[in-house]
Amino acid sequence: MATDTLNPAGVTSTETNTTPFVGERRKVASHINQNEGLIFEKSSPGKKAYRLSPLDVPAVDAKALLGDLAREDVGMLPEVSEIEIIRHFTRLSTWNYAIDLGMYPLGSCTMKYNPRVNELVARLPGIAEAHPYQPESLSQGAMRVMWLLQNCLKEITGMDAITLQPAAGAHGEFTGILLVRAYHESKGNPRKKILIPDSAHGTNPATAAICGYQVQNLKSNSEGMVDLAELEKLVDEETAALMLTNPSTIGVFESEIHKIADVLHAKGALLYMDGANMNALVGKTRPGDFGVDVMHLNLHKTFSTPHGGGGPGSGPVSCKKILEPFLPTPVIVEKADGTLTFNYDRPQSVGRVRMFYGNYGMFVRALAYILANGPDGLRQTTEDAVLNANYIRKNLEDLYELPYKTATLHEVVFSDRRQARNGVKTGDIAKRLIDYGFHPYTVSFPMIVPGALMIEPTESESKEELDLFIDAMRQIAREADENPAIILSAPNATRVSRMDEVGAARKPVLRWKPDAAVAPASTENSALEPATAAKEY
Amino acid sequence: MRYLPKSPSDRATMLDAIGVASIDDLFTTIPAEYRLTGDMKIPRQMGEQEIVEFFRAAADRNANGYASFLGAGAYHHYRPVVIDAMVQRGEFLTSYTPYQAEITQGTLQAIFEFQTMICELTGMEIANASMYDGSTGAAESVMMAARVTGRSHIVVANTVHPEYREVLKTYAQHQGLPKRIVGYGADGRVDQKALEAAITDQTACVLIQSPNFFGVIEDVAAIAEMAHAKGALLIVSIAEALSLGIVRPPVEADIVSLEAQSFGVPVGYGGPYCGVLACKEKFVRQMPGRLTGATVDKQGRRGFVLTLSTREQHIRRERATSNICTNQALVALMTCIYLTIYGKAGMKELAEQNLAKAHYAAQALGATPGSKLLFAKSPRFHEFVLSTQEAPDAMNARLLEHKIIGGLPLAKWYPELRNASLWCATEQNSREQIDIAAAVVAGKQAATLAYA
Repeated sequence: MATDTLNPAGVTSTETNTTPFVGERRKVASHINQNEGLIFEKSSPGKKAYRLSPLDVPAVDAKALLGDLAREDVGMLPEVSEIEIIRHFTRLSTWNYAIDLGMYPLGSCTMKYNPRVNELVARLPGIAEAHPYQPESLSQGAMRVMWLLQNCLKEITGMDAITLQPAAGAHGEFTGILLVRAYHESKGNPRKKILIPDSAHGTNPATAAICGYQVQNLKSNSEGMVDLAELEKLVDEETAALMLTNPSTIGVFESEIHKIADVLHAKGALLYMDGANMNALVGKTRPGDFGVDVMHLNLHKTFSTPHGGGGPGSGPVSCKKILEPFLPTPVIVEKADGTLTFNYDRPQSVGRVRMFYGNYGMFVRALAYILANGPDGLRQTTEDAVLNANYIRKNLEDLYELPYKTATLHEVVFSDRRQARNGVKTGDIAKRLIDYGFHPYTVSFPMIVPGALMIEPTESESKEELDLFIDAMRQIAREADENPAIILSAPNATRVSRMDEVGAARKPVLRWKPDAAVAPASTENSALEPATAAKEY
Repeated sequence: MRYLPKSPSDRATMLDAIGVASIDDLFTTIPAEYRLTGDMKIPRQMGEQEIVEFFRAAADRNANGYASFLGAGAYHHYRPVVIDAMVQRGEFLTSYTPYQAEITQGTLQAIFEFQTMICELTGMEIANASMYDGSTGAAESVMMAARVTGRSHIVVANTVHPEYREVLKTYAQHQGLPKRIVGYGADGRVDQKALEAAITDQTACVLIQSPNFFGVIEDVAAIAEMAHAKGALLIVSIAEALSLGIVRPPVEADIVSLEAQSFGVPVGYGGPYCGVLACKEKFVRQMPGRLTGATVDKQGRRGFVLTLSTREQHIRRERATSNICTNQALVALMTCIYLTIYGKAGMKELAEQNLAKAHYAAQALGATPGSKLLFAKSPRFHEFVLSTQEAPDAMNARLLEHKIIGGLPLAKWYPELRNASLWCATEQNSREQIDIAAAVVAGKQAATLAYA
C-alpha cells in the first residue's frame, strides 16, 4: 500500500518504485490528510463567523459623515462560518512541516525548539494589551522586561550597550552598519567601503549598499576562513568595517579573530559580527572579548522565538561603548529612584529604525528562554549543539565530501561532489530527505562550496532523531549509487510534488480571482485531489 | 536543562563516536584566552512556574483594568479566540520560511489568501507577503518609488505618523533622497496648495497617510492627480487598516503601505505588527519583500510557491530591492484569520461601530467646557483631536484616577497644538467609559470604572 502512495503519477512502477527506498524508511509513514480549497471557494453570502456586541451609542449614517469617502462594498472577503474557519486553517496547518514534528537540519537558520511557556507569558493581558504610548508609570513591568533582556544580551555578547529596536536580523545589520557610519562621520569621514567575505549571507552586501557603502569582496583562504594577508592588503583609511560571520558559514571559528580585529582597528575600521551563528558561542566565548565592536543577534535563532513560517523575527544590536551615542532613539535608562524611562534626547543618534520599541512580543519570549536556561543551561545548549553537529559529521563524512576539513562547531558543510557524478545534486538530495520525513538542509549556501549541503542540527535533537537523520542520509547516498532516478523525482511522498517555479515567475499569479484565473489546471483535480489518492482507493 | 533531550550516557556515547574525550575538545578552535571559564552573570535557571510568576509580576506592574483612548498607530480591537487557537498550532508556529513548497503548502496557501484579501481591501492589484511593520513599510515603499521613477526627491505630508517619518528619515539619509515636508491646513488635511508647489518633475513620490495622524481622511483622488501630473507616484500609508471597512480605498494611489495590526494582532507594547505593501501590478519587479504565487506541480495540481525571488538579497546581494529577509508570516496569518472571521459583512459592520463610537466620543468630549474639537468638519474614522483648556498631561492625570488613559498629547510632535490630544474610540470603548471620560474632562464628579 505504501508503494502506491509513494509512487508519483506518471512514473511507471517497473522502473522505480516497487522498492521506493533502498532500505527502510524509519521516521515516517504515509497517512491520509485532508483536501482543502481556497477560503474564497467556500464563501457564500450570508454565512457568518462573528457577532458584534450591540452598539451602545447611537448608530451613525456613514454616508452623512463621510460623504463620497464612504465605502459601499468592502470587496470580496470570505463569508464563512466558524467551524469552516477552524477546519480550513487546521487542514492547511497539517500540510506544513514544523519543528514540533521533527528536525530541521537547516544550516545557519538554527531551527531549535520553541518552548510553549514563551507563548503563554507573551499573551498575559498586562503584556499583550499594553499600549506603547501608555504612561511610563503604568509600563514599568514592560520596560523592566526590556531592561533585563538587554542586560542579559549584553552579558552574553560581552558588549557595553544595546538596542532592541530592529525587527529582524537584516534590520539589525542595517542598524549596526548605521552605527558604524555615524561613528566614522563623527570622526570626520564616513569612509567608503565595507569588506564582506565571499562566504557571507546575501543580507550583508544588501545591507552595506542600503547604508550607502561600496561592497568589497574578501576572498576566503583555502580553509574557508578570512585570509589575513588579503585582509591586510584591502583594509585602508576608507574601510568602514568588515562584516564577519563567526563562526563562519562553514561552521568554523575564526581562530585568528583577534588579529583580524587588530588589522581593522589599526586603520580605524570596525569589526561587525553577524550573529547568525551565535548558537555556537553562547556561554563558551563572547564576541566583545575577542574584538568585535558591534553585532546583531537573531532572537528567532539563538533565543528560541518561533520562526512562524517566516517571521516575526527580532534583531537586537549590541555594541561597544564607542558606538553607544549613536544607538536608535529611544533608549531605556534607569533613574535614581529605580524606575525606568525612555530617553529621546540623543543628539548623535542614527534615528529610529522602527516605530515604538521593536518586536516587543519577541523580547518577552527570548527572556523567558534565557530564564529557563540560566548560565549553565545556555552553556549546555551550546555544547549539545556542537556535539550534535560533530556527531553528524563523523557519521556522514565517509559518504559525503567534506570540502573543508577544519574542526567545526555547530554546523557542518558537505558538498555533493561524489553524488553529482551520478547526476544527483544537492538540491535533489535535499528534496529526497523530505520523503524520509525530514526538512531539507540548507542548499547551495555558502557560495564558496559548490553544491553545498549545509547542516545544522541544533541542540534540540535527541540521539535517536540524529540517528534517523544519519540513516536517511546514508540511504540516500546509496540510492545515488544504485537508483538515482528515485532521488531525481523526489519528493514522492508529499501531497504535491515539485512545483513549476519557472512558470510561477514567468506569469505571476499573486492573488485569487473569482473568474477562475487561479483555477486548478485540470477539472479532474478540482478538489485538489492528490493523483496518488485516487490510486489508493 | 529541560529543553535538552539527552542523557549523560547519550552524550558520552556520542563523544566516543566522534573520538574525543570531552566536550571541550570540540571547542579548541576558540583561542584559550577567549574561552569563558565561569558562568555568565545572568539570572539562574528557573522552573516553569517561576517563569510564569516572573512575567505575571511584570504584567501586574503595567496598566491593568484601565479603559484606554489611545490609538496613534496601535489600535485596541477585540481579538476573536479562533486566531490564537489557530496560530498556536505547532505546524504554523514552528514552521520555517516556506522555501520548500512541497512541505509548506499550508503557510503558502494562507499567505496567498492574505495577499488576495489585502488587494480587495486596498483596491490594489497585488500585495506582498508582509513587511516588518507600517513604519518600515512606508520607508521601503518610498525607496521602491525612487527605483520605479528613477527620480530621487520625495514629498512627505507632516500628517504622516511622526514615528513613521522618523524611520523614513533614517532610511533615506544614505540613499540620496532629498525630502520636502508639507504641512496641514485648518481642516487637518495636507495643505494642498503647498503640496502642489512642492511637487516637481524631480519628485519620485508623494507620501501621505489616510486616515492621517489626526484621524482625518485625506482627499486621495485630488492628491493623486497632483502627483501624477508631474509624473510622481502617490504612496498612501494606512495605519488603521480597519478604516478600509467603511472608508473608500485609495484606488488612485500607486502604492499602498498598510499596517494591519488592527486585524487581530495584539497591541503588545508596540510589536510585532504586520506591515504590507500593495501596488499596481506593473511595479511588481520593484516590490520589496516576499511574494507567494500560484502554480502547478509536476502532475498539474494547484500549489503555491515563493516567487520572483530574483528581486531579493539572497540572489542579488548588494543589488537587491531591499535587504529584507524575514517577513511577519505568523502575524500575517493572524490578520488573514481575522479577516476571514469578520468577512465581507463583518468588516463593514465593525467599521461602522467604530465610526459611531468615535462620533459619540468626539461629540461628548468636544462639548465639555473649554474644549474644542479640532478639524471638526473634516471626515474622520475613529480618531479625533481635542483641544482643551487644561494641559493634556494634567487632564490625563485626573483621568488616570478614574482608571482611564486619556488621549495622546500632541505637542511633542506638533508644538503648535499645545493643548491638544489625539483620542481614539473603538468597539472596545463602552458608552459608560466615554461618558465618565467626558465628565472627568469637564471637571464634574464622576464614577471610577468598576471593572478593574
